[in-house]
Amino acid sequence: MNRINQKLKEDKKLLSIYFTAGYPNLNDTAKIIHDLEKYGVDMIEIGLPFSDPLADGPTIQESSTAALRNGMHTELLFEQLRDIRKTVSIPLIVMGYFNPVFQYGVESFCKKCQEIGIDGIILPDLPLDVYQEEYKTIFKKFGLINVFLITPQTSEERIRQIDAVSDGFIYMVSSASTTGAKTGFENKTQTYFERINAMNLKNPQIVGFGISNSDTFSQATRKAKGAIIGSAFIKHLTKNGVEKIDEFVNGIR
Amino acid sequence: MSYHANEKGYYGEFGGAFIPEMLYPNTEELRQNYIRIMEEPSFKEEFNQLLKDYVGRPTPLYFAERLSKKYNTKIYLKREDLCHTGAHKVNNTIGQILMAKKLGKKRIIAETGAGQHGVATATVCALAGIECVVYMGEIDIARQAPNVARMKMLGAEVRPALSGSRTLKDATNEAIRDWINNPVDTHYIIGSVVGPHPYPDMVARFQSVISKEIKKQLLEKEGRENPDYIVACVGGGSNAAGAYYHYLDTPEVGIIAVEAAGKGIDTGESAATSALGKVGIIHGSKTLLMQTKDGQITEPYSISAGLDYPGVGPMHAHLFKSGRGEFISITDDEAMTAGLALCQLEGIIPAIESSHAFAILEHKKFNPSDIVVINLSGRGDKDLQNYIDYFKL
Repeated sequence: MNRINQKLKEDKKLLSIYFTAGYPNLNDTAKIIHDLEKYGVDMIEIGLPFSDPLADGPTIQESSTAALRNGMHTELLFEQLRDIRKTVSIPLIVMGYFNPVFQYGVESFCKKCQEIGIDGIILPDLPLDVYQEEYKTIFKKFGLINVFLITPQTSEERIRQIDAVSDGFIYMVSSASTTGAKTGFENKTQTYFERINAMNLKNPQIVGFGISNSDTFSQATRKAKGAIIGSAFIKHLTKNGVEKIDEFVNGIR
Repeated sequence: MSYHANEKGYYGEFGGAFIPEMLYPNTEELRQNYIRIMEEPSFKEEFNQLLKDYVGRPTPLYFAERLSKKYNTKIYLKREDLCHTGAHKVNNTIGQILMAKKLGKKRIIAETGAGQHGVATATVCALAGIECVVYMGEIDIARQAPNVARMKMLGAEVRPALSGSRTLKDATNEAIRDWINNPVDTHYIIGSVVGPHPYPDMVARFQSVISKEIKKQLLEKEGRENPDYIVACVGGGSNAAGAYYHYLDTPEVGIIAVEAAGKGIDTGESAATSALGKVGIIHGSKTLLMQTKDGQITEPYSISAGLDYPGVGPMHAHLFKSGRGEFISITDDEAMTAGLALCQLEGIIPAIESSHAFAILEHKKFNPSDIVVINLSGRGDKDLQNYIDYFKL
């Protein structure tokens, strides 16, 4: 069974952390992953930096620009991750934009992910219909879970479609925003969380965007299975480097 | 075979809507409504009325006698430079502001490079009394001060794009991010035939008035609707899309697309996407774009800010790949020389973008009986400083 599915069965609220590979320093990737696991994070999203990250706010944009300037690229990330499964057992997900994956070759990319022990992929700009028609069989062949996003504007009909195609979790974007744009949840966000919860989807939901501390984490996970923190962790890395990851994680729960 | 978009927004293998889910409701609302709205009699009437009374259409189709004599062929100029605001861009912004009103939108956002589309958008927002925010790269703001001032005078807020290379592609990213953050009340007026479906098709339809008029005007002047060649410059490709539109599926009309070679295709400072680009995804569309082998989008270069885009609309990618269009790239020097030649032969100062289209007359030999229509997409007022610096005037 895929590590993501296994993790989702655990009787706890899951904390997932995103970071941009190659940031703050080119070769921090393995250290960050090891520390996140060591300090109790349940799942990690490894960001493959892109020059034009449309869905991201300034924090992740800047970390992506810096990572590329540091020299990060797809093949190098795979090299850095080559031996990661010798020491890390929590689910690892690669998150990025479609163009770098498309240039690498979707099949080659997925094959490489399987060899390394990557469990899932999140590509926000790979549309549902294109995935189904062209790439689903490739993802399945290499045992990869593709994670789709939903937002407060996503129609119920489309959420049902996404739920039907998904086989891990649904990435529930907390509000109409880019990453890191908002802090704290309004009442209407809670209403949205409750509405989705009441749909009884087959896939658990993990909330992302707008979670930055223990308060927002507990609010987000009141109904949902877990939450993802990205921008707040990147800010922590910018300020502290890779030495105090325990402080950040302990501050969340 | 048709060279128009299919119902999913594909031109052959190019196009589609490669957008994050956050944008899906926005583009879906447009996709479901744009053709229906454009075909409503009340919409058509208002659009055509504004094109006539406000933009100044139809623009003339002018027989360029001295230019024709020099190159020993029959050259007509489609005078989009005579449109209100100085270029074809306003055809699209008029259409989209009416579309936004029909969709009940209260706020407009746009991206701009040199500022031409920004000015055209600010203009129609003033006309409609709708709030307008234009994203413009920080570097472009510094080098296009007159257009920044125009937008401000017209009541628009100009917001600097501070990310990435701080030019057009980043301004586009910022506009898209704004749309993600304001999905309900805001309409995004894209300035070219780029972006996710339905934008390339919608913008091409609004610009198609150019070739619609050419057909009628050529029939009056030459007794035939079809020229032998239609020539236009291509950055994103909106003036070209409009000039080609009603000829796309008429194979006897040769389509010539002129791209900016910058300092030369092999110099690393170029914007000739058909020569240097590979298939990929930019701004929500699958098309040809300039990128590294790792799929990072690179920064193009051209002396002409309007051609300085790392991608090309999916229609044009398909015209290139299928061989339907002939793609020629023109260097900065060739374009500047051709621009000055047009000034002195015909008394018309062209935009540097349009000058690229004229430069092909030095490259390609036409028959004396050929009718060649060149789309003169914009006037050169905005480029005066560039011309002054280049020719040391």
